[in-house]
Amino acid sequence: MPRTVRDVVFVDGVRTPFGKAGPKGIYHETRADDLVVKAIRELLRRNPGLDPKKIDEVAIAATTQIGDQGLTLGRTAGILAGLPQSVPGYSIDRMCAGALTAVTSVAGSVAFGAYDVAIAGGVEHMGRHPMGEGVDPNPRFVSEKLVDESALFMGMTAENLHDRYPTITKQRADEYAVRSQEKAAKAYADGKIQQDLVPISVRRTNPEAGETGWGLVTADEPMRPGTTLENLAGLKTPFRVHGRVTAGNAAGLNDGATASLIASEDFARENGLPVKMRLVSYAFAGVEPEVMGYGPIPATEKALAQAGLSISDIGLFEINEAFAVQVLAFLEHYGIADDDTRVNQYGGAIAFGHPLASSGVRLMTQLARQFEEQPEVRYGLTTMCVGFGMGATVIWENPHHKDAGGDK
Amino acid sequence: MSTTAELLKGAAELFPDEVVTQAHVRHLDLPFGAGRFALITLDNGFDHTKPTTFGPQSLANLNAALDQVEAEAASGAVVGVGITGKPFIFAVGADLKGVELLKNHDEALAIGKGGHDVFKRLAALAVPTFAYYNGAAMGGGVEVGLHCTYRTVSKALPAFSLPEVFLGLVPGWGGCTILPNLIGAEKAVSVIIENSLNQNKQLRGKQVFELGIADALFEGADFLEQSLLWTAKVLKGDITVERPEIDRGEAWDQAVAKGRFVADSKVHGAAPAAYRALDIIAASKDGDLQKGFDAEDQALADLIMGGELRSGIYAFNLVQKRAKRPAGAPDKNLARPVTKVGVVGAGLMASQLALLFLRRLEVPVVLTDIDQERVDKGVGYVHAEIDKLLGKGRINQDKANRLKALVTGVLDKAEGFADADFVIEAVFEEMTVKQKVFAEVEAVAPAHAILATNTSSLSVSEMASKLQHPERVVGFHFFNPVAILPLLEIVRGEQTDDASLATAFAVAKKLKKTAVLTKDAPAFVVNRILTRFMGEIQNVIDEGTPVATAEKAVEPLGLPMSPLVLLELVGPAIGLHVSETLNRAFPERFTVSPNLKRVVEAGKRGFYVYDSGKPELDPEVAALLQQGDTVLTEEQVRARVLDAVAQEIGLMLEEGVVAEAQDIDLCLITGAGWPFHLGGITPYLDREGVSERVNGKRFLAPGVASVPA
Repeated sequence: MPRTVRDVVFVDGVRTPFGKAGPKGIYHETRADDLVVKAIRELLRRNPGLDPKKIDEVAIAATTQIGDQGLTLGRTAGILAGLPQSVPGYSIDRMCAGALTAVTSVAGSVAFGAYDVAIAGGVEHMGRHPMGEGVDPNPRFVSEKLVDESALFMGMTAENLHDRYPTITKQRADEYAVRSQEKAAKAYADGKIQQDLVPISVRRTNPEAGETGWGLVTADEPMRPGTTLENLAGLKTPFRVHGRVTAGNAAGLNDGATASLIASEDFARENGLPVKMRLVSYAFAGVEPEVMGYGPIPATEKALAQAGLSISDIGLFEINEAFAVQVLAFLEHYGIADDDTRVNQYGGAIAFGHPLASSGVRLMTQLARQFEEQPEVRYGLTTMCVGFGMGATVIWENPHHKDAGGDK
Repeated sequence: MSTTAELLKGAAELFPDEVVTQAHVRHLDLPFGAGRFALITLDNGFDHTKPTTFGPQSLANLNAALDQVEAEAASGAVVGVGITGKPFIFAVGADLKGVELLKNHDEALAIGKGGHDVFKRLAALAVPTFAYYNGAAMGGGVEVGLHCTYRTVSKALPAFSLPEVFLGLVPGWGGCTILPNLIGAEKAVSVIIENSLNQNKQLRGKQVFELGIADALFEGADFLEQSLLWTAKVLKGDITVERPEIDRGEAWDQAVAKGRFVADSKVHGAAPAAYRALDIIAASKDGDLQKGFDAEDQALADLIMGGELRSGIYAFNLVQKRAKRPAGAPDKNLARPVTKVGVVGAGLMASQLALLFLRRLEVPVVLTDIDQERVDKGVGYVHAEIDKLLGKGRINQDKANRLKALVTGVLDKAEGFADADFVIEAVFEEMTVKQKVFAEVEAVAPAHAILATNTSSLSVSEMASKLQHPERVVGFHFFNPVAILPLLEIVRGEQTDDASLATAFAVAKKLKKTAVLTKDAPAFVVNRILTRFMGEIQNVIDEGTPVATAEKAVEPLGLPMSPLVLLELVGPAIGLHVSETLNRAFPERFTVSPNLKRVVEAGKRGFYVYDSGKPELDPEVAALLQQGDTVLTEEQVRARVLDAVAQEIGLMLEEGVVAEAQDIDLCLITGAGWPFHLGGITPYLDREGVSERVNGKRFLAPGVASVPA
């Protein structure tokens, strides 16, 4: 049976404000599944043209799939969100690139013709599910030296990446982090971020964490506007004595959820849904687990090669800031300046936070907004590093560009 | 300290055991830049199994929260104030334990006024106020929201009511006055009077919105978020709340008149609460809220000091609490599993029992009878009832298939009962028949199987006496209609063992019945009291009092129906049979009415004809009656009947038929529908002085179902 690959588009994306994990965090008494359920509901409310019965899939990512992140979250979240019972769902895990992988997985199915439209998103409540909860690594990893012992500790892998790029100093990392905070604060001031946030009601019963009772979260909790180099200079380097990675130049431990609508372009147009980005290519790549922050480079190489593009064709970058060094390594590799205006225009995870499996869709939502504002840009890229030595990259075309949809 | 705070402090001292509700104030930024908002959360610190209530300290906490937000509203620090509840619960009203402790009119007045004074502040703030009914809301919980400028309600809200009249109060923290002025008198009467008197019917979130009580309805999944978004839009002027004009003319008076009609048909003037509530609704027609609030205070205080309310709270606690922990039931761990049920007999009663066991236990149920035709008819009845449930959407096709497959009928008891764990008989009410049936069942059923009898008047011990294993026989006495009346009298025979009894109670719980343990005494509890009651009515009629006088004599009790209408419902033949049984047991107190005998012999099924729309004594019955010439007044009849009832209950307690007077009342409420305002009956007998007059003592200690000394 002959098949035609179909164009896949990013229709819309939303997220909860991100919170700080821990007993004083805004989401400490909020369930993870409720976060993603509310994101899904907002997505549907924003796109009333979409008949929920037509949704072919709900793919939800979480790294730690137990408790309120377990029970095949894509299915249970669909039911909890009030989707028709006929809509199926599944859970997905590629650690930090969970939501990104949810998007590419359903995108592949859309392109193949199996789905017309799907929800893809992710959630991570690192307060309720600290990194490493319930893990049981096979002893062969150590006995057969399959991976370096630092591979499971993301901060250590970031220190290892500094070793690989000796020119990326702590000073450069801190400068990058300060800029991320500044850009995020400006994006907030300009109202770029809030438009894609889902307000979340939160309960607090512990008076040590602040006023008790029900509240409403409408903004990211981790942001530290006004951060200076001096503030960062004195921070501890918990992963290595005299190291370079600090809480200031890395993303924190966070809670949050995202959701996006992915559809075939024809379906989107027939149903009056917005077309915010057109999928060009995606790729995943593996690297040595102990330098997992290197992952975006080979992943991007693969994605560019597939698309027949070069790095110079990319006009906007959304790079997940798990660590400043990981962004800087990417930029250094491609000869892009640390403060290049094409990169993370609204700031990144160092400011907003990085609730692991949810972050991929945040990158896309922000890139989609930048596409809208900058129709002169034709291609953009979302990329992230992934634990255990991986990278993930998706290249998108701006449908607002004059040549969009045509040959390169 | 404000006078309100002082008032509440005094009230709180009377009630040291209050489960205190906190009123947390938390600030948030509304979406769309609508401004800073103060949200009050009512929370007693427990999960949803212990709903949030308002006692005096709780009101004081809300008052303190209002002190805070009032200042913030006045200074412009907040643009609005909201109030909501903990997960699944908004607030379920006044703490009844606290109400029971109130000893005098002034204390009662203080609690009414205290609630008003606090709640009224919500309406008086310098900014708009919003109630978000997120979960169960009752009584004072509903009322605190009524004082707000706007309300939203969750589609997931399962229960919303003003149940005060049901208990014997009025919605006295603003409900009687504000509700009709918000949604009109007709709808207010339906909520305050009709729902309350209709077994405390609850509204769901959607209905709360449709009635106009709430201005917006949102789904449960993100109810509070959507409520706050809506709030922001209202405050910014993007949404204007429109409420329909209220008809303050004729419709208002008609609504109140209809309410009185409903109250008369339910309580026959015997309980004051509904009438007091209607008086306030009638008076609130002019929209003068403060006048209404003052009337509410007075009504609350009067009712709190009255016996009807005390009886109502007592009755409420019986059905809510005592019913769940039956007095005298053995350790529930002794209960054996019941995985298959046998029913001997396939007549109407047996078929109803089969249906009940089937629906609640969802295990195989086997009917047997003496011929195939009866068996088929019994199974057919069950199938037809399942189809009715399917048709009404109460069950789906899969469940209907499952239930139908579980019910079978056989002629051969050996085939049907060989693996049954519980066999109940509902055959003809005759000792030798029942003994024979049990002997047959014992021969084929497993040794552990419970043998239950639905007898209403025969001795369970005697029925068991000829069996190899009499210890597994229990009485399982249902009340008609089986699907509706909650009571199940569980009778312990002389030889019944704890494991069998525990199994019976476990089954009763699964059947969702109110089980009361009774001794194997003639006619057990409800039938014995009703028969004594009816017997006395029949006696005075036989002696010469006109039927109408006898019937009217007990109207002030507000029973669900008159004695002779009840006898019609039971069936005169069955009534006669029970009276004969009790006459044999207690000939000195229980008579067999010759007039009733004649009515039964004439084949009459009732006493009244309804041709004119109203019950009138059937001329054929009137012709059968042979009366003496002693004519009593209504008062004399009433005294005689109540004395007889008090005497009988006193004797039953002496005999140990049940553990306590509370069990008698629970039986009468759940098995005979006797009203809350009587507390069953013993609180009424106590407060009317009947107990003292007949037995020389009260049934219940002062303070139980009465104002404490």
